[in-house]
Amino acid sequence: MALIEYRDALNQAFAEEIERDPNVVLIGEEVAQYDGAYKVTRGLWKRFGDKRVVDCPISEAGFVGMGVGASMLGLRPVIEIMFWSFATVAYDQIVNNAGQIRYMSGGLINCPIVIRGPANGGTNVGATHSHTPENWLAAIPGLKVVCPATAYDAKGLMKTAIRDNDPVMFMENTLLYGEKGEVPEEEYLIPLGVADLKREGSDVSLIAHGRSALIALKAAEILASEHNINAEVLDLRSIRPLDEDAVLASVRKTHRAVLVDENKPFCGVSAQISTLIMEKAFDELDAPVRRVCTLDAPAIYSPAVEPLQLPIPQRIINKVLEIC
Amino acid sequence: MTTTTAAPSPVDYAKAPVNAQLTPEEKIELLRQMVRIRRFEQTALKFYSQGKMGGFLHLYIGQESIAVGTVSLLGDDDHAITAYRSHGHALASGMGMNECMAELYGKATGCSKGKGGSMHFFAPDKNFWGGHGIVGGQTPLGLGLAYGVKYKGLTGSALCFLGDGAVNQGCFYECLNMASLFDLPAIYVIENNKYSMGTSFDRSSVVDKCLAQRAEAFGIEWEQADGEDLYEVRAVTQRALERAHQESRPTVIEFDTYRYYGHSVADAKHKGGYRKEEEIEKYKNEHDPIRIFKNHLVAEKILNEEQYEAIDAELKKEANASAQFADESAPPTESSIFEDVYYEVDNQTEAGRTGRHFFND
Amino acid sequence: MPIITMPKLSDTMVEGTIARWKKKQGDLVEAGDILAEVETDKATMEMEAFDDGVLKEIYVSDGGVAKVGEKVALVLAEGETDEGGETPPAPKAEAPAGAKPAESKAAPAPAAAPAAPAGSRVKASPLAKKIAAERGVGLESLEGSGPGGRVVAKDVPEKGAAPAAAAPAPPPKIPATAAGQGDQRIPLTGMRRVIAERLLASKTQLPHFYLSIEVDASALMRLRKELNSANESAGLPKLTINDFILLAVGRAASSHPYINASWAGDAIIQYGSVNISVAVAVDDGLVTPVIRDAHKLTLKEISATVKDFAKRARDKKLKPEEYQGGTITVSTLGAYGIEQFFAIVNPPQAAIVAVGAIVKKPVVNAKNEIVVGERMTISLSGDHRVVDGAVGAEYLGTLRKLIENPALMLF
Repeated sequence: MALIEYRDALNQAFAEEIERDPNVVLIGEEVAQYDGAYKVTRGLWKRFGDKRVVDCPISEAGFVGMGVGASMLGLRPVIEIMFWSFATVAYDQIVNNAGQIRYMSGGLINCPIVIRGPANGGTNVGATHSHTPENWLAAIPGLKVVCPATAYDAKGLMKTAIRDNDPVMFMENTLLYGEKGEVPEEEYLIPLGVADLKREGSDVSLIAHGRSALIALKAAEILASEHNINAEVLDLRSIRPLDEDAVLASVRKTHRAVLVDENKPFCGVSAQISTLIMEKAFDELDAPVRRVCTLDAPAIYSPAVEPLQLPIPQRIINKVLEIC
Repeated sequence: MTTTTAAPSPVDYAKAPVNAQLTPEEKIELLRQMVRIRRFEQTALKFYSQGKMGGFLHLYIGQESIAVGTVSLLGDDDHAITAYRSHGHALASGMGMNECMAELYGKATGCSKGKGGSMHFFAPDKNFWGGHGIVGGQTPLGLGLAYGVKYKGLTGSALCFLGDGAVNQGCFYECLNMASLFDLPAIYVIENNKYSMGTSFDRSSVVDKCLAQRAEAFGIEWEQADGEDLYEVRAVTQRALERAHQESRPTVIEFDTYRYYGHSVADAKHKGGYRKEEEIEKYKNEHDPIRIFKNHLVAEKILNEEQYEAIDAELKKEANASAQFADESAPPTESSIFEDVYYEVDNQTEAGRTGRHFFND
Repeated sequence: MPIITMPKLSDTMVEGTIARWKKKQGDLVEAGDILAEVETDKATMEMEAFDDGVLKEIYVSDGGVAKVGEKVALVLAEGETDEGGETPPAPKAEAPAGAKPAESKAAPAPAAAPAAPAGSRVKASPLAKKIAAERGVGLESLEGSGPGGRVVAKDVPEKGAAPAAAAPAPPPKIPATAAGQGDQRIPLTGMRRVIAERLLASKTQLPHFYLSIEVDASALMRLRKELNSANESAGLPKLTINDFILLAVGRAASSHPYINASWAGDAIIQYGSVNISVAVAVDDGLVTPVIRDAHKLTLKEISATVKDFAKRARDKKLKPEEYQGGTITVSTLGAYGIEQFFAIVNPPQAAIVAVGAIVKKPVVNAKNEIVVGERMTISLSGDHRVVDGAVGAEYLGTLRKLIENPALMLF
C-alpha cells in the first residue's frame, strides 16, 4: 500500500471517476488552472481538460445551482466550495433545490451531485471560515453528509459519493489534507452509512467523526497508558446515513460513551448521537453520556487560544475520567 | 423612473415565419391551450374557495400567451423551468389536468403524488422541470439545464421563466454572468406582470429602458416585447432559440404582461390596494391574451364564435372532470411521507439499505 | 352548486365575516361577479360568484360570521331547484372537528403511567438498574461507587446461579420461614440486606479455602504493656491487640502483593497500596471502614484511625467513600473469647484475616519444657482463583514472624 496524502487520495478518486464516467465533471473556484486552492485537484485540468475540470467565478449560489440543474439531466457534477463556510451564500440551492427537488417532484427527479470542500476550525482563519456545517445539512432529509478522517476513507467515500444517486455533502479538512495514510493500489469503495471502529476497547466508547476521530484516538492512547482505561474509538465517517448499529453495538459493549465532534454543542451531531443512545440503549448505560464539542462561541482567531476551543485530547480525557 | 413607453409595434408578427407556417389547426390548438389554462385555474380557484386545497394558489390568469407561446416552440432538447406560478407552464408543456388538479388537492394521483402542491408541478418526461417555490431560486437550475444540454453536445436550450420580482435576486446575476462566460444556451424569460407581490416594479427596480436591458452588462442579447400577443411571443422567443441552438449563446427576454388576480388568492390588496380596479379592468378588456388571439383567428377566418364556445365548453368540462377526479382520488398514505426522499432508499439499492436515513423514534 | 359557502380566501383563513353583500336577494348573478365583501383574518376580500344564476337566499347577513365551508347564500341557475331543501347539510367544517375526539386513538390514561418509586430515589445507572432487576437485587441495599454515589453495574453483586441460558439447574431454594405466634418479623435494614447479598454472593461464587496458624503472642503482649504504661503516663489512649494485628496485616500484605489482590474476570489486579477493611460491629450488623495505606502507617496512626472509625460507625457518621477501596479485610472476635474462626471473603478482595482471642495454654518451649504460653490463632480465608494455599501459607508465616517479633514493625 502506498502512503499518500489525504488530498492526493481525493485527487485519485476524482481522476478514477472522471475516467470511469463521462458524466463526472469537477466545478468550482480555482479547481482547474490554479490546481485547487488547497491543491486537491492539482494536475487534473492538465490531464482532463476544460470540459471535465471547470473554473468558476466567485458565484457559489450560481454554480452550486448550476450543478444541481445539470445533475437533474444526468450529469454527476462534483462541486468544490473553497470552504464549506462559503456555502451559506448557496444555501437555497443546497437545501431547497438539491435537498427537496426529489420530494417536491414526487420522485420524478433525482440529483446525483457531490458538493465538497473543507469544513474545519483550527487554522486561525476566523469565525467566517471555520464553520462545520455537517449538522446543519444532515438536518435536511434529502441530503447526505460524509466526513472522512483519513486518506483511505476520503478516497473510498468520495468514489461512492460520486456514484450515489442522491446529493452528497462531502466535508473535508484543511488540517488533514497533508496527513498521510495508507491507500491501496487497487480500486476500492467505502459505502456511506458504515462507521469504522478505529480502536477496539472495553471501558468507554469515544464516538467521533472527521478529524475529531483522530483526536479521540490520541486521547485513547493516553487513557490506556496513564489511566489504565481501554477506550474504544468509533469513527462515524458518514453522518447521514448513519451507522446506528455500530454506535449501539459499541455502547452495549462498553456501557459508557463520550461523544466527540467539532460541531458546536447546540444541536451538533453529538447531540443527535446522544439522543440515539438514550432512545435505543438507555438500559445499557452505566454512566451518563458525555460530550466534547467545540466551545460554544464563534471561532476565535487568536492562534494562542483557538486550539483550546476545539476538542483536544485532554478535554476528552477529563470527560472520560468523570464517568469511568 | 425613466421607462420609455414602446411605440405600437409596426411589425405584423403573424407574418413571422414561425407563425406563418402554422396550420389553422395548429393555431386553434394554441388558442385552446390558453383557454385550457384559464379554465383549469378558474376551476382551481372555485374549489380552493371551498376549502378543497391547502396553502397558496398563485394564478396565472392573464399571462397565458407567454407560457403557451414559448413552450409551443420547444423541441426534444429544449427544456423549461419556472417559479411558483407554475400551472400555465405545466399545462402548456403537455401535462394533464387530472394530475395537476389532483396535486392541488394534495392527492396521491397528483403529478408530485401530493407532495409538491401548487408551486411544484413537474414533468421531466415533457422537459418541464418545475415549479419552484423560492423567488429566483430556479435561475441557477435553468443555467444547469443549459449547461447539461451543452455538456452532452446536444442542440437545445433551457427556458427559465422568472418574474419582475425575481430579477432582484443576486443569484440571477451570477447566472447571467456564467451563461455569457460559458456560452450557455440559456434563455431567461422575464414575465413582467408589474408587481412583485404588492410592490409595483418601479418601486422595486431601477429601470432605464426595461428590466431585460440589464443583460447588456453581461454582453447578453436581450429583447423587450408585448406578451399579450401570442404571435409576438412566438416570434421573439424563436429568435432566442435560434441563438441558443446555432451560437450556444444566452438571451434575456422581457414580456410585458398582467395577472388579473392577486399575487396569490390570499392577496387582499391587489384590487383597490396597490393597484386600481380600473387598471385591472383595462387589462381584462383591452389586453386579454385569449381575446386578442381569438380575434386574430376570427379575423383570419379560421375560427367562428360557435367553434370557440364549443372549445370553451369542452375545456370547462375537462376542468370540472379533473376536479371530480381529484376529489375522488385518495390522499397519499402516511407511509409515503418517507418515499421520494432518497433515490437509493426508494430503489432499495445496497446504498439505500446501508445505514439509517431517517431519524424518527 | 346552488349553495354558496364561506370561501377560503387565504392559506390561514378559518372563518370570515360578511362585511357587506354587494348583491341583493333576487339579483341576477354572473360568474365572476362579486357577491360580497368578506373580512378574513388578513383583510377584507371579495367573494366571487363561480356560476350564473339568481341570488335566492342570503343565510348570513351583513356583519354575520361563518366558518369556511359554511353556507352563506343560495344561487340558483335558471330552472334549477334548491336541492338542499330547507335543511342544507350541516356546515362541513364542523363535522370533522366534532368527530375527531372520538376517532382519535385514546391516549393512555394518566393512571397507567408507572408510579414513581416512593421515598428517596436511589441513584443508579440504567445498566445497573437492569442488572439488579434481572438478579432480583434491591438497589436501595447497594452502595454506589460511581460519581455522587451512583450505583453502577459493578456495584450490583453477581447472582449465585449462572445466567439462565448456560446455567445448570438452580439450587433448590431454601424456603423462607413464616413468622409464627410470638415470633417477631423484623424488616430488613439496608445494611442487613447488603450483608446478606454480598456474603451470599461471596460464599456461593468464590472458591474459598481456609488456613490457620497459631502464633506466640507473648512478645506482643509484653510490648503492648510497656507501650501502654508509657502512654498512660503521657495521657495518651491505650493500644489494643487489634492495633498490632492491623499493623502486622498491613506490613505483611505489602510484602505479599498477591494476597492484596482481586479477581478481575480476565486478569488479576494486584493493588499498589494496602487498604484494610476493618470489620466493626455496630448495633444492627457490621460495617467495614477502610484504613488507607495501612502499610505506610505507624502503630499510633492505625490506633487513632480505628478508634475514630469505631466511634463514628456507632454514630453512623462514616461517609460512603470511607467504606470503599478496601484490598484486604481483618475481622477480630477475640474480645468475645472466640479462639478460632473462618470468615467469608469480602469481595472483590481475595483474602480475609480472622483473628481469635489470645489464650493461655501449655506449650512446649525450645528447651522442651511445658510452660504457660500466650497463644493466638489467626486464620486466613482466600479466594482460590487469586490465591493458592502455599501463597496463603507464606503470608501467614510472615504475619506470625511480625507478631512474634513486634519490634520489627516499629521501624
